[in-house]
Amino acid sequence: MRLELHKVKINDIKWGNTTKVEDKVLYINQEEISSLLSKDDRFECVEVDLARPGEKVRIVPVKDVIEPRCKIEGEGDVFPGFIGDVEGTVGEGKTLALTGAAVVTCGKIMGFQEGIIDMSGPGADYTPFSKTNNVVLVFTPRADIERHDYEAACRVAGLKVAHFLATKAKDVSPDEVSLYELEEITKRSKELEKLPKVAYIYMLQSQGLLHDTYVYGVDAKKILPTLIHPNEVFDGAIVSGNCVSACDKNSTYVHQNNPVIEALYKRHGEEINFIGCIITNENVTLEDKKRNSSYTVKLARMLGVDGVIITEEGFGNPDTDLIMNCKKAELAGIKTVLITDEYAGRDGASQSLADASPEANAVVSVGNANPIVKLPPMERVIGFSEYVDIIAGGFSGSLKDDGSIEVELQAITGATNELGFTCFSAETR
Amino acid sequence: MTYRVVHYINQFFAGIGGEERADYPPELREGVVGPGQALQAALGEEAVVVATLVCGDDYFAEHAEEAVDKIIGLLESYRPDALVAGPAFNAGRYGMACGALCDAVSKKLCIPVVTAMYPENPAVEIYRKDLYIVETSDSARGMRDAIPKMARLILKQLNGEPLGRPEEEGYIERGIRVNIFRDRIGAERAVDMLIKKLKGEDFATEYPMPSFDRVPPAPAIQNIREAKIALVTSGGIVPKGNPDRIEASSATKYGEYSIAGLENLTPETHETVHGGYDPTYANDDPDRVLPLDVARELEKEGAFGSLHDKYYATVGNGTPVAYAKKFGEEIAKKLKEADVDGVILTST
Repeated sequence: MRLELHKVKINDIKWGNTTKVEDKVLYINQEEISSLLSKDDRFECVEVDLARPGEKVRIVPVKDVIEPRCKIEGEGDVFPGFIGDVEGTVGEGKTLALTGAAVVTCGKIMGFQEGIIDMSGPGADYTPFSKTNNVVLVFTPRADIERHDYEAACRVAGLKVAHFLATKAKDVSPDEVSLYELEEITKRSKELEKLPKVAYIYMLQSQGLLHDTYVYGVDAKKILPTLIHPNEVFDGAIVSGNCVSACDKNSTYVHQNNPVIEALYKRHGEEINFIGCIITNENVTLEDKKRNSSYTVKLARMLGVDGVIITEEGFGNPDTDLIMNCKKAELAGIKTVLITDEYAGRDGASQSLADASPEANAVVSVGNANPIVKLPPMERVIGFSEYVDIIAGGFSGSLKDDGSIEVELQAITGATNELGFTCFSAETR
Repeated sequence: MTYRVVHYINQFFAGIGGEERADYPPELREGVVGPGQALQAALGEEAVVVATLVCGDDYFAEHAEEAVDKIIGLLESYRPDALVAGPAFNAGRYGMACGALCDAVSKKLCIPVVTAMYPENPAVEIYRKDLYIVETSDSARGMRDAIPKMARLILKQLNGEPLGRPEEEGYIERGIRVNIFRDRIGAERAVDMLIKKLKGEDFATEYPMPSFDRVPPAPAIQNIREAKIALVTSGGIVPKGNPDRIEASSATKYGEYSIAGLENLTPETHETVHGGYDPTYANDDPDRVLPLDVARELEKEGAFGSLHDKYYATVGNGTPVAYAKKFGEEIAKKLKEADVDGVILTST
């Protein structure tokens, strides 16, 4: 499979008479965006706002972040099962990406809690999305809507707008073209065959109750572990449906830009033979955990891989899935490296994971999510800051009268991203 | 300004004497004593050792709380900005005194403290999380190496400078996870680590897994009707009066007590010294925690061969794993020597 990613760089974002990309500036016409979403009767209204890097702006509560992308050549379209049809698969041909821009969805999804993005100040250091030019969609649902339906409506609206923005740049010549190509697994050259075979075990959050992920539109709770081509991921085959503890949930944006896949591609043909990705889930029953960890490692053995990177999504309960995947792989003679975040307490003195195993001897830490961070008041809040107290990582009194916030890092979107998206980490002292 | 530092040492380093003078009560002397000279030299002009506290190791061990209160009382008149204790090297009681004192002073007077020990000193396991303990060799030969590191750590704390990694600063790793930004993103570090692991090269995990010391259960007793069974508890049941003075929490010892000829434990003969649960019901009937009464009944019925005539007890309340492991190993050894086949282990 061969995919060309045509990157159109966005350096700024402005309101305009029409939605377009010109000289690296993304112009947004509010009415065009609104009318795109007005057909969805699950919303009372949708407001559109803009947030630029460095501005004194806070976005809260954040649900998802999506990079604008669309297909310009090849089967189907991005976000298959939501935007693109599922006739055919994605991952081949040409895809356009507006790099440096993002769609941020934000709304009062009552009863559960999402993240915070600060565009400047100390909080901005922790979230990757303080560096993107953000088109923020603020949703107000129709009063009688059931919250799962509302979540679904928000999810699809974000994808729609992201796709729409990318299509407006189809005539713009890209600033950079990246090529991603992997040969068929059984037909690789002798040179590649000499290198150690590496796969990526990609764990998807699937604990239910709005801790969900979708693959080609299918709820990941309902899948058996399966193979996916890395290029499909770049085309939005995996979509976030997560809400809670924003620090270590994979936004759709980080799936689209999966840094583990990028890093494995970089070393492919040099030090490793990158075989592909195995997606698995993190269901809550022991039976599913046993079945899916065994099945995942069986797939790795069928592929004959020597090593795997395993990434977790979330913490606590999924720590068990992480350790089961690791242990079973190591016992099968497959070397593992894990990426996880930590919950070592606010003082860093507690044990970091809910499960442990001597086989897990190679771990990349993406930081402790418990320490408190003080976020100063901002000039402008997009969304609804009164929800800060009930955000996971927030606590009673988190929101001060002056608009400043004291929360655990876990409330900040992407702060301890477990795909290893940032340089954040922890060490023992 | 010049910081005022008080230095704590034991009777040996004060030149008072060895074991025979270990009961020496706390005393405060003006200026430096013994290793304090080297400490003053290392502190330079930034700080002055205004006084030296001397206390015998046994005195401190036997009067722990009282000794701490007394010492803190003595200290306050000197208005110290910081406390330096030791180095204690591998001396167990001296280490415990340095640890306990530093811990109390840092909490009660809210001033910086530093001590120094050999990593296997038992006090390290107890105090490493709360204190900066400079790593030393196992004997006083390491004095020259330890003192400058202690001086640097206390000055850094006094000046409000952030402390670096354990290996840079010379302190024993505290086991505290601290957030940092590394040079490269996590995904790239993971792929690097995997390539090294695949090549069989050295790699450093960023989160060493806590090691759980899982003990596989012994095989089932083949002939229970002939087996000798012992009672062991971490529920703190001791003969009335607590003859071994086992601590109510963070126990440093266990006791071995005879139950020969005893049919039953009563409030007159036994009590619990455990500080982690409501002792009312255990003190009403100590059999509730150490089930001697039913063990005797079963012995008479022939459910097992015989009951061992000694029992072992300690307090499992915030007990450091290092101590618990040591107690377990010693008790198991004694039980083996007495040909005990099985143990009924009760907690609280």
